[in-house]
Amino acid sequence: MIGAMSLKKRLAKLAASRSLRRGLISVALFFVLWELSARLKIPVVGAIPAPTEVLACLGRELVSAYYWRSWGVSLARILAGFAIAQVLGVPLGLLLGFSRKAREIIFPIIEIMRPVPPLAWVPVSVIFWPSAEMSMIFVTFLGAFFTVVLNIVEGVAAIDVRFLRAAASLGSSRRDVFWRIMLPASLPSVLVGMTVGMGVTWCVVVAAEMIATNTGLGFMTWRGYVAGEFPMIVVGMLSIGLAGYLSSGLIRRIGLHFTPWLKGQ
Amino acid sequence: MSVGGAISVREASKIYDPDGAGVLALDRCSMEIGKGEFTVVVGPSGCGKTTLLNAIAGFHELSGGEIYLDGRLLSSPSRPARPGSDRIVVFQNGALFPWMTVWENVAFGPMAQGTLSKEAAKAKALSGLEAMGLSLIADDYPGQISSGMRRRAEIARAMACEPKVLLLDEPFRALDALTKTVAHQFLMEVYDRDRPTVFFITHDLDEAVFLASKVFVMTTRPAGVKKILEVTLPRPRDYRLLASPEYQSLRAECQDAVREEALKAFSAGEREM
Repeated sequence: MIGAMSLKKRLAKLAASRSLRRGLISVALFFVLWELSARLKIPVVGAIPAPTEVLACLGRELVSAYYWRSWGVSLARILAGFAIAQVLGVPLGLLLGFSRKAREIIFPIIEIMRPVPPLAWVPVSVIFWPSAEMSMIFVTFLGAFFTVVLNIVEGVAAIDVRFLRAAASLGSSRRDVFWRIMLPASLPSVLVGMTVGMGVTWCVVVAAEMIATNTGLGFMTWRGYVAGEFPMIVVGMLSIGLAGYLSSGLIRRIGLHFTPWLKGQ
Repeated sequence: MSVGGAISVREASKIYDPDGAGVLALDRCSMEIGKGEFTVVVGPSGCGKTTLLNAIAGFHELSGGEIYLDGRLLSSPSRPARPGSDRIVVFQNGALFPWMTVWENVAFGPMAQGTLSKEAAKAKALSGLEAMGLSLIADDYPGQISSGMRRRAEIARAMACEPKVLLLDEPFRALDALTKTVAHQFLMEVYDRDRPTVFFITHDLDEAVFLASKVFVMTTRPAGVKKILEVTLPRPRDYRLLASPEYQSLRAECQDAVREEALKAFSAGEREM
């Protein structure tokens, strides 16, 4: 019995380590191929700087103030745009979700504005807002705003009528129904909206920085291209990817803290 | 503890009119349910049992007729009932709030009504859960416990409001046979202790006869009462009862009546609603 158990365990371990090994081999192979194609100047892909060059560039950048300032500037824009989108979007989404009248009045306007991609707003917002910084934040805000609003509206619409009936049956007031039933019931979709919105925000800010300003991670990447410092482009790309990943992860973490009932489901 | 209420359904009718094509779900259905009676309603699928339950609960208005609770008008077409904590529903698919722990769910009613402070409501919830054998999972969320436990917790939540009437719409439908017997046992204990009036819808005839003081067999849609079976088997009941000849003959009688209606429904082309 004990022998069988340990055999099973060992097999499980082997399988786990094998999949780990496969993953490692695949990643290593990827870098080797990348390095080779850069060294051998293979057409198209060979134009990308080799991983060793990128690493060297990254090493230089990690100790440069400019690199970290770019992070800070982009993060500040993201935070401002995202925060404003939440402050305006969450209440609006809840209002639209709960009030049919509000939905009928406001939704058509949203439906007109929504299909316009946030980046299409860049020229107009540069004209519109007094500073480049403000227009940047505005475009970032737009990126998150509609995602947040629509997710909440859908979340509220999807609240199961059983919960509302049960609450009414248990004697709750309208206030209780809002605060203790509808709000927590729609919270998961609020959080989905936030997570997706955060992703959109990074897409938007990076592109906007390339177009309309000369600071931030997006511009840093663009500058790499303009200045012909190709390894810098890759460092920029990786940094943006990491930034998006970290901020979405953070939102999810915070979200789980507020929705403990979703843990382990 | 709670004292049951008498329900009198008089000529209740309900027409659903989703797109002009009126569907008669209840047709002048009358039913007398005594104080503290354990009433089980059986009948073909889609025959309007749930419609009647919803009318008593105050989720639907009637198209005709009246429902009285303890002699007071509860619902009529001009004065539809509002949901109230004197008539608590335990839903078919369960409606524990997933974002509250089990004890918070059970304490919700008394707190929402403002009849108890938070501490008192919690104490009451915990004792209610204990009676249902759920002390150990009071702090868990509904998503973390088994479906059988969820149904018991929901009954505990309903009973915490000390309702006059407990309305159960196929509450144990999704449970496996073994879990079901446990749920029955707990429900019977609660009933024997508090004696609420129970209105229990089911398709399971064993469940019906085992639990009921009175079984209403409904006709196929539009629902009316086809047959009333008085189940005078002594309480408290346990599973040895299932082998007794009295139980067997009641079960057979019930089966015959239901089968007749089910065949009618089938030939009329009724489908599960």
